[in-house]
Amino acid sequence: MSAAGAGPADAALALPRNTLLFKLFDGVLRYSPLLVLVAVWEGLGLSGFVSRQMLPDLGTILSEFWRMLTGGDLLYNTARSLSRSFSGLALAIVVGLAAGLAMATARPARLLINPVVQIFYPMPKSALIPVVMIWLGLGDASKVLLIFLGCLLPVVVGAYNGARGVNPFLVWSARSLGAGRFEVLREVIVPAAMPEILNGCRTALAFSFILMVSSEFLIASDGVGYMISSLGDGGIYPAMFAVIFFVAAIGFAADRVYSVIMRRQLRWREA
Amino acid sequence: MSGSAQNTAVPVGAEAKPASPRSRLGARRPGAFLDLGVQVGVVLALCVAWEAGARLGAINPFLLPPLTDVLARIGEDAMSGAVFVDLGLTLYRALFGFLIAAVIGIPVGILMSRSRIVRWFFDPLLSIGFPMPKVAFLPIFILWFDIYDTSKVIMVAFSCFFPIAAATYAGTTGLDKWPIWSARSFGAKEVEILWEVNLPMALPQILTGLQVALPVGMITTVVTEMLMGGRGIGGSMIMAGRFADSVGVFAGIVEIVALGFLVVKSLELVRARLLAWHPETRR
Repeated sequence: MSAAGAGPADAALALPRNTLLFKLFDGVLRYSPLLVLVAVWEGLGLSGFVSRQMLPDLGTILSEFWRMLTGGDLLYNTARSLSRSFSGLALAIVVGLAAGLAMATARPARLLINPVVQIFYPMPKSALIPVVMIWLGLGDASKVLLIFLGCLLPVVVGAYNGARGVNPFLVWSARSLGAGRFEVLREVIVPAAMPEILNGCRTALAFSFILMVSSEFLIASDGVGYMISSLGDGGIYPAMFAVIFFVAAIGFAADRVYSVIMRRQLRWREA
Repeated sequence: MSGSAQNTAVPVGAEAKPASPRSRLGARRPGAFLDLGVQVGVVLALCVAWEAGARLGAINPFLLPPLTDVLARIGEDAMSGAVFVDLGLTLYRALFGFLIAAVIGIPVGILMSRSRIVRWFFDPLLSIGFPMPKVAFLPIFILWFDIYDTSKVIMVAFSCFFPIAAATYAGTTGLDKWPIWSARSFGAKEVEILWEVNLPMALPQILTGLQVALPVGMITTVVTEMLMGGRGIGGSMIMAGRFADSVGVFAGIVEIVALGFLVVKSLELVRARLLAWHPETRR
């Protein structure tokens, strides 16, 4: 998963690195391919090859976006969606960390939990949508449960792999210096396992967005996914495109914020 | 073999890291069979608890119908062939999309590491596309390609493309220079170096990318089927859910668990096979 963000920094420029001008120029240069895509989009639309219905012009999309943003519609639904996605994710991280660390440190826990993980890990979690629908109906609870279940295993696995890979000498030294089991866990195992734990949580973050959007497509009466599908059903395509791009942007931004936090958390390792 | 059962548990997070000096979880050889036995026992116990709980009224049988009812339903559907149609359709959509993504994504990743222009173009697209929730684009694909298999397969390919291309790019950049130089000094041509040196060295990462992408493809397939219908396991499950047919829903769950397990394990076998020469396999 770590293959994700952080492409190679553009070292092509001869400007000093931290000036504002450099950053601005770097950003524009880096994301200039998006402009190419925009041009292709507009060109296809103008050429008349593709109907404007299918490829609305970006001006209309932007104005629709602005209308929904200022109307409060978009913000309300975004807040609803994010609250679901983050409560499910937070639950998954708490429970998953506990389960993963228990698995790595206690044999009975491993024997109990590992078979469940092995069986359910490969299952596409979106298949649980009808199950949570039957269990908890169409309200918030069903989606939170879905996101919780979907995000749980990546966290468990990250914590387990991380904690399992801790150099045993570190653990032995801590123990021989008189640390208790819990202290060893807190002071040695968790910090050493942090990179994998954080990677697991990053996967979980991506899953939480996927599951949030897809469950809202299917069972919801608000939230961004619901907005997208109802706008699409109503044939209001420019607005639909606007919300879709907005959701993609939120997912991207969440991952960016997360990776900044992650790098801060792991800064002590670099030194 | 069974000793490594826990290690193969999960491929995704496992960034090929050097084997730690003897894991402290004990039980290398002698306890391995015992471990396996206990774990199988846990699964069986869960099945029994499921069945007994539903039969004895501890669990509302609508919320969790007895396992035997679910299995009977699967048996019935297997007789009529419905299970195989659903499994086949889901598998076909997931694998076809995955294959398209691999056929496009791997060359893109390789080209990115070799050509500045390709890198300039795709690097920002990957860094934006990788983390964004691709399912959100589903209505666009429905709008463009209608609701039949085309849009499902394209959607799956779209969501698998990013992890594959990103992993291939990461794998083919920053390779150790020495093997490349020595191959060159032996007179290998650039194409030969690509096939004989670069790709084998990048293969573990490329395979990791494929192993990330395949489950994503399965998730996406199921969602597309739920949203657009057209049979497949997702389609049948959402139909069962809408008709409050909980036995049908859980039959779907059991089928998809089996399918997911099969597909993911097969890819692990492919990995072990392709990397038979690699230190990661011999441990």
